[in-house]
Amino acid sequence: MPQIEEIAQSLTAEFKKGKTDYLEARFEENQTSYIMYRGQALDSIGRSTASGGNVRALVKGGWGFTSFNDFDKLNDRVWLAIEQAQSAGSGKSLLAPIDPAQETIPSGVTHNPVTIPLAEKKRLLDEYNEIIWSVPEVKTSNIGYSDSHKKVIFLNSESSLISQERADVSIRLQAIAAKDGEVQQVGLSLGSRGEFNAIRNLHDKVKEMSQNAVALLYAPQVKGGEYTVVLDPILAGVFVHEAFGHLSESDFVYENDRMREIMVLGKKFGVDNLNIVDSAAEPGLRGSFKYDDEGTRATKTYLIREGKLAGRLHSRETAAKMNEKPTGNARAINYRFPPIVRMTNTYIEPGKMSFEEMIADIKEGIYAKNWYGGTTSMEMFTFSAGEAYMIRNGKIAEAIRPIMLTGNVFTTLKNIDAIGNDLDMNQGGGCGKGGQMPLPVSNGSPHIRIRHCLIGGK
Amino acid sequence: MEAILARAQKVAKEAEVFEVTSEETQVRFEANRLKQMQTNQSTTLALRIIKDGRVGYATTTGTGDGQQLVEDALETAAFGSEAKFKLPDGAKYPKVDIFDPAVPQVSIKEMVTLGEKMVDAVTSHTAGILCDAMVTRSVMTVRLLNSRGGQAVYKKSFFSLDLEGNLIKGTDMLFVGEGECSCHPLPNPQNVIDVVLRQLDLAKHKAKSPTKVLPIIFTSNGVAGALILPLISAFNGKVVLEGASPLADKTGKTVFDKNFSLYDDPMAAYRPASRPCDDEGVASQRTPLVSKGIVNGFLYDLQTAALAKKKSTGNGSRNRGSLPTPAPSALVITPGKTTFDEMVGDIKEGLVIEQLMGAEQGNILGGDFSGNVLLGFKIENGKIVGRVKDTMVSGNVYKILKDIAAIGSETKWVSSFLQTPPFYCKGLSVSSKG
Repeated sequence: MPQIEEIAQSLTAEFKKGKTDYLEARFEENQTSYIMYRGQALDSIGRSTASGGNVRALVKGGWGFTSFNDFDKLNDRVWLAIEQAQSAGSGKSLLAPIDPAQETIPSGVTHNPVTIPLAEKKRLLDEYNEIIWSVPEVKTSNIGYSDSHKKVIFLNSESSLISQERADVSIRLQAIAAKDGEVQQVGLSLGSRGEFNAIRNLHDKVKEMSQNAVALLYAPQVKGGEYTVVLDPILAGVFVHEAFGHLSESDFVYENDRMREIMVLGKKFGVDNLNIVDSAAEPGLRGSFKYDDEGTRATKTYLIREGKLAGRLHSRETAAKMNEKPTGNARAINYRFPPIVRMTNTYIEPGKMSFEEMIADIKEGIYAKNWYGGTTSMEMFTFSAGEAYMIRNGKIAEAIRPIMLTGNVFTTLKNIDAIGNDLDMNQGGGCGKGGQMPLPVSNGSPHIRIRHCLIGGK
Repeated sequence: MEAILARAQKVAKEAEVFEVTSEETQVRFEANRLKQMQTNQSTTLALRIIKDGRVGYATTTGTGDGQQLVEDALETAAFGSEAKFKLPDGAKYPKVDIFDPAVPQVSIKEMVTLGEKMVDAVTSHTAGILCDAMVTRSVMTVRLLNSRGGQAVYKKSFFSLDLEGNLIKGTDMLFVGEGECSCHPLPNPQNVIDVVLRQLDLAKHKAKSPTKVLPIIFTSNGVAGALILPLISAFNGKVVLEGASPLADKTGKTVFDKNFSLYDDPMAAYRPASRPCDDEGVASQRTPLVSKGIVNGFLYDLQTAALAKKKSTGNGSRNRGSLPTPAPSALVITPGKTTFDEMVGDIKEGLVIEQLMGAEQGNILGGDFSGNVLLGFKIENGKIVGRVKDTMVSGNVYKILKDIAAIGSETKWVSSFLQTPPFYCKGLSVSSKG
């Protein structure tokens, strides 16, 4: 492996010459291992190592970016980025000021998950797979496990030099049940910021997941239309991420005057007790870090406070152009990409209502649980539940086929009329944007109730 | 590569080294302005070994350590799946045209001009719209070498134009967009511009959709977004082998409409998904999947084919650097006889769907999908009357493709992975707040 510390050090003098409005470089080394099962058979097992870097330059408001995993002729690459920025720029460079930092940050995990022997990881996955297959009418299963350990060195022309390590563990299990040409599936996603122990002892959850997949074979499909819907913390977390989180990413707002009118701070978005937060500063979650990929310190940002728009997520450029403070949300999935505005750990703060109170006055509604997927086009969002049940006369009733919920963010947030007291963070899954996927994030919420939610169905 | 292969052969009976190098240049416009120029250089190396009958696998980037790569592959081989296949020896590959030396010659200046043309055409058509545009060119070289004497080398060029527009009125947001790609340079952005301007014209007026069962026309883009994912899964030889594909026991049987034919084509000249061989050195071939409604066969890589007692169809794909697994190269649906205008003219009340959001979150295996109409239009009395919103469409791909009202005569490539005409479908369930 090339010595990225030495490589970064070799550029510090070059970076002080001031030929650009701004110059930065990132160097990375990454180790991963993964194990995939399809059905009862191990499908693939592998290890990979990667290293690479990039240089990004800003001249007159235009960016040049070059990525590489061949470290020869590094000075030529720096020049290429500068020339590209010169060709692209014709205006004024704006970057919000931040304090330069020189710091080395360890991953914080007691045991690098990549170095745990594959045999030990496989033994655990074998146990889970056996549980899935022990349930009658389960036709097949999928398991995907991966871990990584990564070191990123960042330096810029403002004399920042930051070395950060992070580790990540993620697992997705899926049980697929089939009968008479019908196929149904239920999944379980979990992750952690590098602690392998977080995915041990899932045996009971895996069993429940498998039984749920079989139960869906016998469940009816709900009729499409508008319902009162109660979301569990996992699905509500996906909802807050899709429906509101992406709208808070100001790279879509800062050069869009009409969007700026919609997203005026102080504007009423929801009920008075609705508070939405994005915070990379919470310790130990999958979206946590100390500095983002522009060297800005992580912060806790209220996106909605007491129902009103209170803040948004920024890179240094979007913050400067909107005359706001940078929030430390510029992230890149790896060295091949420039950083863009992304979420970190996004959640709805807990309220006071218990789950029982929340469903008590619902005559006919839907209780939607667990996560399958979600996407947004800013105004419109869709997300899908992994499990769903009818609520009848204030009680959870029969299981129904998984549902997809859709809506318009501006009306749906206002239709949240109850917020539970049971915040839970979901560490599974990853976020995709601009071809950068899956970025480790977490999201969470207490149970929430939404009125007039549009459900797809027969 | 030769050195790594030699080193691997000292510890394992069989070995294969796969290398991809690429150089990509991209010009990006954001909010109607030139924003960023980007170059990406990358080399990745993958080593697959067979040791004591088991597969070991490791990857690294260009400057990685060959010794570490062999050690990593060895560790994984202790648990790897049992190798049922033999690496191909000196196979003969068909000649497939996928490199145009003109692509790397396109200057940055020309790329900027292409981007400006796209942005200017849209902003002068619709006031207040914000466009993002991207012009990309790249060249990649693939090399494969194995211990049984198999070897392959090919070079591929790629050029693409992408255009997206976003128009906001109040809190109403309209997203339009189109892209085109080829192994040739694309000196004329007019096709992309025309599609986007037509989307904008049709979206000018608003229309309301009722909540009921309606006939629906999926445009080529709509087919790609709503109907194809379940088929990609169902024709994957691995899903078939597991018994999870609803088509697993349907070979030779009529499952689809008699006008529906589908094949995988890695040989079309100058298409970005084309190649002389797959990612494990098996020669490319055209593979029929559905002929006139009858299921013909499935897509295989070497290992899956061996387990299923079939032959590899040359569909071993290393998506994101993983071990080869079956995947289509480019799916092609045979066009029908009905023009798009005839389809619209035939419908008293219905929808045209250009983009459906969220269909990929459905039950991919079973074919059930449901999505929000991101870009779609209402048809009344044989005419498109305006854009619909706050509308969800649900259906089952197998039910839809069993009884198709008409297949379009105008076929089109959607990105590099699908060539399809529009589909006129009889009745899908529509829920709307409209």
